[in-house]
Amino acid sequence: MKRRLRYMYSTLAFMLAASACAQGAPPGGNALYQQHCAACHGSDGGGGVGMPLNLPDFLAVASNDYLRNTLRHGRPGRVMPAFPALAEAQVDAIIQTVRGWSDAPAPEYHGKPVKGDAAHGKQLFAQHCAACHGEHGQGGTGTGVTFSRPREAPIMAPALNNPGFQQSVSDGMLKATLLRGRRGTPMPAITALGLTEDDASDLVAWLRELPVDGVSTKSHESPVIRMESSYSFDETLDNLKKAVEARNFNIIREQTLDTGFVEEGKEDKRQYIVYFCSFSLLNDALSIDPRVGLFLPCRVTIQETDNGVELVTINPEKLSHLFNNRELDKACERMHRLYTEILEEATL
Amino acid sequence: MRMWLACILMLLTASAGAQDLYMVRSDMAFPEAMIELQSAIREQGYVLSRVQRVDIGLTAFGFKTDRYRVVFFGKPGEIEQLGASYRDLVPYLPLKIAIFSEGDETLLLASSFQHLRSFYSQKALSEQFDKWEADIQSILEKVRLSE
Repeated sequence: MKRRLRYMYSTLAFMLAASACAQGAPPGGNALYQQHCAACHGSDGGGGVGMPLNLPDFLAVASNDYLRNTLRHGRPGRVMPAFPALAEAQVDAIIQTVRGWSDAPAPEYHGKPVKGDAAHGKQLFAQHCAACHGEHGQGGTGTGVTFSRPREAPIMAPALNNPGFQQSVSDGMLKATLLRGRRGTPMPAITALGLTEDDASDLVAWLRELPVDGVSTKSHESPVIRMESSYSFDETLDNLKKAVEARNFNIIREQTLDTGFVEEGKEDKRQYIVYFCSFSLLNDALSIDPRVGLFLPCRVTIQETDNGVELVTINPEKLSHLFNNRELDKACERMHRLYTEILEEATL
Repeated sequence: MRMWLACILMLLTASAGAQDLYMVRSDMAFPEAMIELQSAIREQGYVLSRVQRVDIGLTAFGFKTDRYRVVFFGKPGEIEQLGASYRDLVPYLPLKIAIFSEGDETLLLASSFQHLRSFYSQKALSEQFDKWEADIQSILEKVRLSE
């Protein structure tokens, strides 16, 4: 028994030591960056679905605390996820990799709030900032810089009222950004607009008073929309196609669920999928977030079960939260309504 | 002994965390990445059922886009058995990976099954989700690390 206990203790000690080693000596920062960040921010930090990180003016003002907090909190509703599971040493290693793209030393800011006239800052914000950052600081539309699609702005203006941003950024960094601007983006130094350092303080004071954006809470919804039909299989299929076309969708494909998996002619026709698309809606959705194509084109499956005929499809509202993109929520709500209407019309 | 193995597994998986989406960037241009993806899917034991050419449809209707495809795949036995046993799961079958160009590089994206777990709590299905998630991550990593 003692021998067994000793074995168990030594195994536990080995595991804990291995875990500690793993935290103290993580894989290289670049490997971690490529694994967790490069998909969105680009292999070299040049941006993509995510914002560019390698801009000299960004690295000159972004403190390590800002980068660390950003990794920890993400940007709720603005694509960037939080990374709570990364070890402290792994976060530090990623930060060092990002730092490596610039010779500028990491800035440090004292924790004291910047004092300014928020009312004056509000006026300045409306005059000089709101055109890009939005009236309420909600940021621009689209994602990052996204090279895969044509877009109006070269870069998405960050959401300044985002809770993740507000938690991550210090007053000092906000002020430094305002005074320096960010070359390579439309963000100018405010001095180039004729504003002063005191004006920067006033803007910071207002930015801290921006009402913080809320967080979507629709993740509890069912992942599917399902409706039983009182019609026969063929009648329901006919109704479905009419309902789809009545809403200006093009039917682009029809197939059984097992098409491509079984020999041609042996498909099970009791599970039949109708694919349809409005290319205008598709283009709009991809402009908001190029990742959303994963759940497009639209499809409804008609199934014959022991209890009768039913229609089933994905619930876009359930899926929208996967993308952490508030703007997409609205498009998904619209798609949810359209799916519901189509299913109702085909079955009732 | 089983408890110890369970502890080890818990320690190994705890740091992985739960992801909703798996997204990787390949240094390869779209055509090469697409070939690599299809090869990785087959190597993982899956059958490709079809490729949805999203970009072709968009371009035909006058919209500008870079190359964008969705690759559908699965295992015939799984599709048949799960499609019959879990009818609510059918809208999520077959499995799929979106692949699209971004400049000279290529992005690949798949969904995990995290969002479905609380609605399909059956043990067999939970194990199936585990398997699919591991396989999809393995496929994406193969493409990411290919040169």
